[in-house]
Amino acid sequence: MSAAAEEPNTRAPWALTAPALMLFVGVLLIPLAMTVMLSFHDWGQYKGIEPVFILKNWHEIATDPYYAEMFWRTFRIAILTTLLTALLGAPEAYILNRMDGRWKSFFLLIILGPLLISVVARTLGWALLFGGNNGLVNKLLMSLGVIRSPIPFMFTETGMVVALAHVMMPFMVLSVWAALQRLNPQIENAAMSLGAGPVTIIRRIIMPQIMPGVLSGAIIVFSLSASAFATPAIIGGRRLKVAATLAYDEFLNTLNWPLGAAVATLLLVALVLIVVGSNALIERRYAEVFR
Amino acid sequence: MAYLELDRVAKQFGAQTVVDDFSLSVGKGEFISFLGPSGCGKTTTLQMIAGFLDPTHGAIRLEGKDLTAIHPAKRGLGIVFQSYALFPHMTAAENVAFGLEMRNVPRAERAERVRAALAMVGLAGYEDRHPRRMSGGQQQRVALARALVIKPSVLLLDEPLSNLDAKLREEMQIELRQIQRTIGTTTILVTHDQNEAMSLSDRIVVMSQGKIEQIGTPQETYEKPSSAFVSQFLGKTNDFAATIDRTATPARVTAGSWSAPAPVGLSGPVTVSIRPERIGFGATGLNAKIVTRIFQGNHWLFQCDSECGPAIVIRQNDGERQPAEGEAVHLAWRPEDMSVRSGASA
Repeated sequence: MSAAAEEPNTRAPWALTAPALMLFVGVLLIPLAMTVMLSFHDWGQYKGIEPVFILKNWHEIATDPYYAEMFWRTFRIAILTTLLTALLGAPEAYILNRMDGRWKSFFLLIILGPLLISVVARTLGWALLFGGNNGLVNKLLMSLGVIRSPIPFMFTETGMVVALAHVMMPFMVLSVWAALQRLNPQIENAAMSLGAGPVTIIRRIIMPQIMPGVLSGAIIVFSLSASAFATPAIIGGRRLKVAATLAYDEFLNTLNWPLGAAVATLLLVALVLIVVGSNALIERRYAEVFR
Repeated sequence: MAYLELDRVAKQFGAQTVVDDFSLSVGKGEFISFLGPSGCGKTTTLQMIAGFLDPTHGAIRLEGKDLTAIHPAKRGLGIVFQSYALFPHMTAAENVAFGLEMRNVPRAERAERVRAALAMVGLAGYEDRHPRRMSGGQQQRVALARALVIKPSVLLLDEPLSNLDAKLREEMQIELRQIQRTIGTTTILVTHDQNEAMSLSDRIVVMSQGKIEQIGTPQETYEKPSSAFVSQFLGKTNDFAATIDRTATPARVTAGSWSAPAPVGLSGPVTVSIRPERIGFGATGLNAKIVTRIFQGNHWLFQCDSECGPAIVIRQNDGERQPAEGEAVHLAWRPEDMSVRSGASA
């Protein structure tokens, strides 16, 4: 063996990752830095964007309760969506995991199938079913006399949570599913042989072990819901804005790019803090069990 | 009066019969092993006793009561799984305490019994460890303590030692036997390791293809195997084609150039089966040539080419001169050391 081969070649890894690194810097880091810088620029109806360094946009966001309301709504919807996916997704994954081989793959396909369909199409489906007087379900229920006026779904937070939960469900199911795969297949029998009933087995043995899966699924669903654009845009529209649709409107309708950039930056920073913070908490809490 | 009784138990999965006509009486305090190759139905039988599977036919009775009518959670049996199946989110003490909690044992008594159980398996001081931070052997001990602390009527062990390395496995075998002797719990062990079955059990149930081949003490199954399967599965053996001639007086059994007075009963073509350690090199006997000679410390292993086919011989390393490779020898054994079955060998 030659001496050169024993020396770690420091240049090769850099050279090999250079293309990906350049792409990463070029299309992510630089635009991101520019967006942050943009948030400190000035803007006026007639003068457009002025490349100066001021805190006007940040001051506006901090003091105008309109933005506070917007951000609270964003996180309220994200939290409710996360809870709903966890409450429905975790049992769903558990039931799925207990099914026989053939049914299991069939239902797994049904759960994952929607991921192949555009979020816009899936959300428009809700609009078709519940969209005011012309929504199919509304029409049917009204013609049957069950309800007198359409179910309030469009432009409501409830509607947004339901539609988002539908879109996000596969992420939660997959995450819990992965945790279930790591379960010892005999663990339920072991608990049963020690005298535990089915409820006790789920509460004391299964739940604590799939909790990390539920929590990591929750982080994914929460961050995707808080930054979701298509679903809130279709269900909420202009009437019920969230942070992502607000930033979009500032950019493309008001053309106040600096303010939109400030909203987007704040959303990004808040999300990173929440995700990193909760991840650290989870890792510390479950360090002993899942190393 | 049998303590645990399996009466003509059978299990079918669809058209496939996994366990067939399994009858066994286990006495109180007895240590029984189900021994057989994988797929012989031994684990299925154990799972029927545990209640994870229902027998298709037959009855399982514990102290005369029908066990199959009782839910597995209420049977009160202690089970140690091959994978241990410890609860990873609980400490060793919490794992052991779980069964007592389910039985509503008061907290103070629970703590005392958990401490005693962990001490019994040699894990005093490990109460607050999580399973993932314990070695395989330690996890095995926790699983054993967890099964024993509930004072089970029967202890079921499903290949409990197969995930341990050889040295640790031997240690655990001795320890397991001592613990079982001390507390006197009726125990059923499922294993594919004949050494494990022989060194631990009072009686061995040798199984093959869902059927019982032989039930007997370790010595009986080894010395007097009832079938070719048993003799081959329990240690090494030599099968030689032989004939019994009843026209001669006294009747003689002959294998090649080896011959001895025949046992009563069989006649015509038979198979004689002799353990390698019971064959010696004599002045007369079966003509053979040493093919390989392997030194194994306390004994020598010879592979020979005899006139009745390949043979293996084990001789104690007792300081005597042993034949060299290529040397012509005569293989001889005492008639009482062989078992004779009718028919030609397979």
